[in-house]
Amino acid sequence: MGVTVKALMKSPWVFHVSAGGCNGCDIEVLDCLTPRFDIERFGAVLVGSVRHADALLVTGAMNRKSAYRLKELYRQAAKPCLVIAIGACACGQGIFRGSYAMVQPLDELLPPGVVTAYIPGCPPKPEAMIAGLG
Amino acid sequence: MKILTDLWAFLIFPGFVFMAVLGMLVSWIDRKVTARVQYRVGPPLLQPLWDLLKLLGKETVVPRGASRLAFFGAPLIGLAGAVFVGTMVGVAMFFGEGFYGDLIVAIYMLVLPSLAIIMGGIASKNPLASVGASREMKLIVGYELPFILALLVPVIQSGGQLRLTGLLEHQYANGSFAASISGVIALVVVILCMQAKMGLVPFDQAEAETELTGGALIEYSGPALAIYKLTKMLMFYAVPMFVVAVLWGGFGGLTAWGIALGVVKYLVLVVLMTLIRNTNPRLRIEHAVKFFWGVVSVLAVCSVVLAAIGTYLGIEWM
Ligand code: SF4
Repeated sequence: MGVTVKALMKSPWVFHVSAGGCNGCDIEVLDCLTPRFDIERFGAVLVGSVRHADALLVTGAMNRKSAYRLKELYRQAAKPCLVIAIGACACGQGIFRGSYAMVQPLDELLPPGVVTAYIPGCPPKPEAMIAGLG
Repeated sequence: MKILTDLWAFLIFPGFVFMAVLGMLVSWIDRKVTARVQYRVGPPLLQPLWDLLKLLGKETVVPRGASRLAFFGAPLIGLAGAVFVGTMVGVAMFFGEGFYGDLIVAIYMLVLPSLAIIMGGIASKNPLASVGASREMKLIVGYELPFILALLVPVIQSGGQLRLTGLLEHQYANGSFAASISGVIALVVVILCMQAKMGLVPFDQAEAETELTGGALIEYSGPALAIYKLTKMLMFYAVPMFVVAVLWGGFGGLTAWGIALGVVKYLVLVVLMTLIRNTNPRLRIEHAVKFFWGVVSVLAVCSVVLAAIGTYLGIEWM
């Protein structure tokens, strides 16, 4: 494992993208930052600018409005940048599957191999997210 | 040989490498104390190092329409300023060397990192970055006045010394400036200004994570951002050290006991800064400027007047 990859694993700065979910996953993402779960133990910090991000935490099912914005955000992020699909929606559209408002699942929208972790659950537990981040 | 020793001083000890190691350590202390205040566990010891390594391994995105020269030049200018101050203070404290007027040069150099933030923010062609840069500008205008006034106090008390070594020797001989009333007031003023210089809450309007999402640094990524982070870590070493040297008695002599005491003073300042930043909300920019030009400036003027009277009449405790 090279130093670059090791350093990336040791300090993943996360950027939270909500792409049309029900807000359940988003609240669980915020749970990871609370004193109880505290992802700063693993060096992860929530950043406000996508240029600083090393991992996009994507929640939600990619509807027509948000799919374009997600692609744009990924384009703007400094590479290498991981994408982590959080929740059943982001993994495979979940309960919104087949809806007229949805375009494509996350991993078909972005270039292949970009989505590095899938964290299922509706919503997933914070423990599961931390396991996925590590 | 002179050149070699100078290079050694700038690059290794007490310059860049020494400062970087200490700066990382101190920024870890800052994050850890913050975490403990919030009942969290906090990052591991090597976290600042991993952060920097990771940023160095990423690409730097230059926004379309940004000025490349200013975009990449700004972080370097800031870094140079921080290294310069740290080296001057370190050389004065460890080797007792300096040149005439280095106190004034240090004050100038301490502004460079803030100027770098302004320059980088404006160069990156992002409206939020421009807002951040303009706030930083106002903040500098706000805190520089009381900062310089407060630094007049040691100069007056020591009878017009403008050398860091002169100030240190005066304190070794007569006790620290902070042992007098004017010195204490000046120290309080300088601590407040230091908080603003470092861009910590309540004076972090320029970065304002929640409203400007990183402010002036919003467009920076990769190595350029790493240099900004490194500059901030170096400032975490340089600024409190400068305050300890100028106002708070330095090391009190180069004995083991003196150095231990100096380190304790330095850590007290760092933890104080962290505690202030964790127990206060961010001020609005006009309130910050008002605060510095109002209460803090009045305090600074009082300390200068007290110091002048005390020195004129020969009263030690004033
Ligand atoms: S996975 Fe479930 S909780 Fe998460 S956004 Fe989708 S519907 Fe909501």
